[in-house]
Order: sequence, then structure tokens, then C-alpha cells
Amino acid sequence: MSAAGNYQKPLIRRDRTFEFLIPQYVDDLDLSHGTALYLEDISVNFDGFQAINNLNFYVDTGELRCLIGPNGAGKTTLMDIVTGKTRPDTGSAWFGQRINLLRMDEAQIAQAGIGRKFQKPSVFENLSVFDNLELSMTGTRTVWGTFRARMSRETVERIESMAETINLSEQLNQSAGSLSHGQKQWLEIGMLIMQNPILLLVDEPAAGMTHQEMDKTVELLRSLSGERAVVVVEHDMEFVRALQAPVTVLHQGSVLAEGSMDDIQSNSDVMRVYLGTESTT
Amino acid sequence: MRAGKSRLSTLLFISAVVTLLVTVTTLNQLPAGHELHVGNFMVSLLGKYLTYAILAVAVDLVWGYLGILSLGHAAFFALGGYAMGMYLMRQIGDRGVYGNPDLPDFMVFLNWTELPWYWMGFDSFAFTALMILLVPGLLAFVFGWFAFRSRVNGVYLSIITQAMTYALMLAFFRNEMGFGGNNGLTDFKDLLGFDLRSDDVRLGLFIASGVALIFVYLLCDSILRSRLGKVAIAIRDAEDRTRFLGYRVERVKLALFTLSAMIAGLAGALYVPQVGIINPGEFSPLNSIEVVVWVAIGGRGTLYGAVIGALGVNYAKTWFTGAYPEAWLFALGLLFVLVTLALPKGIAGLRWFPSQGKKEGGT
Repeated sequence: MSAAGNYQKPLIRRDRTFEFLIPQYVDDLDLSHGTALYLEDISVNFDGFQAINNLNFYVDTGELRCLIGPNGAGKTTLMDIVTGKTRPDTGSAWFGQRINLLRMDEAQIAQAGIGRKFQKPSVFENLSVFDNLELSMTGTRTVWGTFRARMSRETVERIESMAETINLSEQLNQSAGSLSHGQKQWLEIGMLIMQNPILLLVDEPAAGMTHQEMDKTVELLRSLSGERAVVVVEHDMEFVRALQAPVTVLHQGSVLAEGSMDDIQSNSDVMRVYLGTESTT
Repeated sequence: MRAGKSRLSTLLFISAVVTLLVTVTTLNQLPAGHELHVGNFMVSLLGKYLTYAILAVAVDLVWGYLGILSLGHAAFFALGGYAMGMYLMRQIGDRGVYGNPDLPDFMVFLNWTELPWYWMGFDSFAFTALMILLVPGLLAFVFGWFAFRSRVNGVYLSIITQAMTYALMLAFFRNEMGFGGNNGLTDFKDLLGFDLRSDDVRLGLFIASGVALIFVYLLCDSILRSRLGKVAIAIRDAEDRTRFLGYRVERVKLALFTLSAMIAGLAGALYVPQVGIINPGEFSPLNSIEVVVWVAIGGRGTLYGAVIGALGVNYAKTWFTGAYPEAWLFALGLLFVLVTLALPKGIAGLRWFPSQGKKEGGT
């Protein structure tokens, strides 16, 4: 992989002559074209390793999409770019038509309506399940606002009903650190929904879950899409199939194939790099 | 149900401090020969410990709940102390050794002819009170602004806070700075017109320190019990995760760090009239480290733990430095290692203390 060769910054972009003319962070989300996320010509190079290579990736509003690919294909890096953790070397990333993700930090992106579930369940272990959900809930995010925040009857009920949805009503006052791995996954999904995002990025939701839990997760994710766009990264092919959603295959930092699970499994490129023997069944 | 527990610990804490204040005041009023009499030396000593306890609460707020290990909090303490010291110097008036009504003694000694501009206003107690909070707060704000925005974390942050206090110590050692150089500020006479050497004023300062401790404790407790306190714990445990929930981590850190520095400044201002001197030694890096040790021993992440640590370790220090002067630092080091190994949550982590801020796992 000749990194230096692939990686070129355009000398002049004629549509971007005056950087300062590009509108700064605009907080009204415009989804009128039906596309929630635009990633165009994105490249990321980590000290010579081309993690993302000229990637183009679009997510429609309300769509459920699966993202698969072997280790190192760039799935997590892609999520890092969308959520502001990693800045790409080239390319553009827009949320709706008007929000330029590359000019915002993580907190602004989250406030604009993009939620993320991490690969490793990351909940606040020393806080109770209730507190975890409370912090994720939409609402004030300022220092003074959080200091003055009071719980209304309504918000308590909202948290309780979410706890019911994710099967954690019994554990509401228990510390999140004491939950099982699967319960933590659920809690994190619950936290994600409490944020009420427009676009959800869900990294390996089924890891560590039993079959029943997996079925429930599939059901939950499917019910979320429609109102929100959901991008799921998953290694478990059974889980991906159960989601019955279009699949995008990443390989070496670019999109290798897109289509339904059946199309993907019969695609010769995909069989070669990824699915291998699994596709013969 | 957690809120109830936390309220209980707050109530217990306040009653304990009030009991201490009332007991010491009563015993202090007994005739000098009485076997239960608490001498004035002891009153001032306890008053000093109480200001240390306030400082420990300030450190615990940012370290125990926000995860910022500051090894420079003594700098904020000393700045508050210097502000108070400057006021006390101005109160001396023409009663100094040189009898100069306009200049403090050390300036006369250095052949200065007029008061530097930054000494202006310290004749007024109201202005001084403002500076006691503003100067440490401003330093913390500027420092935190750059550090937190650049996402300096963990041990790197600790090292630069240490460097900050060391740099201030070197600066304050210089005579040209106009803060009395090596000798600092001392020979104080009055505070608000009251004679600092009188027993009643000493007792008053002790009580004021206790009241300030209660006030600071209630302030920190109200923050920690609010959603802001939960955000702080979230930042301590998973900073990135908190950011992805939409919280501006650097602003929360900046606000609490600045508040903590102001509390430290208040503690310093109460400390100086009780010990009668402030000099650059207070900026010494070792002082800041000692505060962290108090908090670790008492129990990081519980406010009353920090207070127990500050009072307990300082009492032990007074006793030890009397009995075995050379052995104190070894004893402190040993205590720190033992507590870290045997009681990772400090004294407050012992089973019979109510939990506060943190919850035990399981039901």
C-alpha cells in the first residue's frame, strides 16, 4: 500500500476558493433531499496506514444500514470521522445539506443529532442506570443548566419507560458497573435513544448477547429505523441477515460492494476478501 | 434513595463540625488551670487545620469527582493568602518598624519610594475579599482554558500544575516582585480593626474557618448532587463518552477547576491571619502533593473523606514532628502506601461510612 501515492491534497478546489465563505456550524438540520449523511472523497492516513481511502458513503433519512468488513477495513474510523473524533485528511462530511461535520467538535455533533454506541460497551460504571439515562436524555448541556436541572415527573416517567424498553427496570438504581455485558449493551442502546438522535451509529451491538437478546436487539433496531437513520456495524452475519437491511462492505478503506445480504453473499469480490467459505452455504 | 443517603452524610458532617466548634469554644472559656481547658495555641492550630480541610475539599472536588489530579492547588491557596496578607500589611499603617505610614516595612528597607500599583486597593477589606476569590480564580481560568481546550489530561496535566506552582514560588521569592521576597508578609497587627493577637479574635477566626468549611461543603455538595455532579463523575470515568453525549467537557472542567481554585484561595485567606505569616514557601510543590495525600488517605471521591484526611494527617503531623521530627516524611510516605494498598477508597471507604457520590455494586 503506497500511502504517499494515494494521498494527495488537491492544490486548488475551485468550489472552495474562499474557505471563510463556507457557512460555519448551522444548527438547523436540513434533510429535505432525503439524505442524512454525505461522506465524499474521504481519506485518512495514520502515519502511513491508509485507514480510509477515497470513501464515498451516503445514508438516507430513516434508513437502516449494515456496515461490514474485515478487521482494519475502516469501519470504526468511519464512525470516528462522523462523530468528530478523527479529522480526515481530505474529503467532506455533511449531516443533511447544511451541517458541515468537519467544522464541529464531538459535543456539537452529538447535539446536532448524531448518536453513537461504542464497540466496547461504555456506560458510566459508577453511576446508576437511572443516572446514565438521565445524562443521555435530550435537554440542557451547559454547565449552569445542568447545575440547575430539576427532574420533572415527566422526565422520570420517560426514563422509567426507557428502562422498561431495555429490560432494566429492576436495575434502575443499581450501578451500571454491576450489569452483565449484555445488559450494558442494552443500557448503551437505551442511552442512545434517550439522546433522540436523527442518525445512530451502532458499533457491534450484538457482541456478548444471547440469542434471545440478539433477537430483541434486532427488533429494537428495526423499530428505530424509519424515524431515524441507523447504521449498524456488526461481525455476526446471522445478526446482519436478521436485520434485513441493505449492506455496505468496506475493504481497505473503501466501499467494496453495496446491496442486499443475498447480493453481497454472491458477490465474487466480497467472497474473495471477506466472506470466504461462509458464502458457500 | 441515594439522595437520602447523601443528605444524611451532609447532616452528620455539619453536626460534627458544629459540635467541634461549640466544644472548643466552651472548653476555651474555662479557666486556664482547668484540666479540660483548650489553650489558645490549640485553638489556632485547629483553626489552621480547618483551613486545610477547606483546601482538601477543593482538591477533592476536582480530583475525586472530575478526575483532574492537580498538584498545584497550594498555589491558589497561597495566592488567597497573599491577598489577605497584603490587606493585613496595609492595616499595620505607621506601626511598622520604620514607622512609614505609606509603605510596608520591606519596601522601606528596599528603598522604594511609592506603593506599586498592584498594592492599590488593598486598604479596603471589600476589595481584598474580592481579590481573594478573583486572583486564584483568574489564574485557574486562564490555566484551565489552555490546558482543557488542548485536552491535556492525566499525568501531563498534573506535571504542568506542579510546574505552575513552582514557577510562582520562584517568582514570589524575588524581592523585585514586591511581595516581600523570601520573608513574605508578616508582623500583622489588625484584621478589620480587631487585634490579631487577642484571644477572642483567634477564637473568632477559628469559628470563621469552621463556618467557611460548612459553607464550602454545602456548596460542593449541592453541585455534586445536581446533574452537574453526575456529569463530572461521567467525565472522570469516561471522558470521551461524555463528549459523545453532547457535553462540553472542557467547559465543565474549566468551571469546576476555577471554582475549586477560588475555594482554595478562601482557605488561604483564612489561614494567613491564624499563622501570622505568608511566604513563598507556601507555593512549594511539596505542599500541593501533601494536600493530595490527605485526600487520598481520607477518601477521594467523598467530601467528608477529604476533611477527615486533612484533619487526621495534620494532627498526626503535629504530634509526629514534636515526637520524632526526622521521621515524619517517612511516616507520611508509609501511611500513603499502606492506605493505597489496604484502603483504596481511603478512610471514608471503610464499611461503616455512608456512601456518597459513588455507589457500591450490587443490590
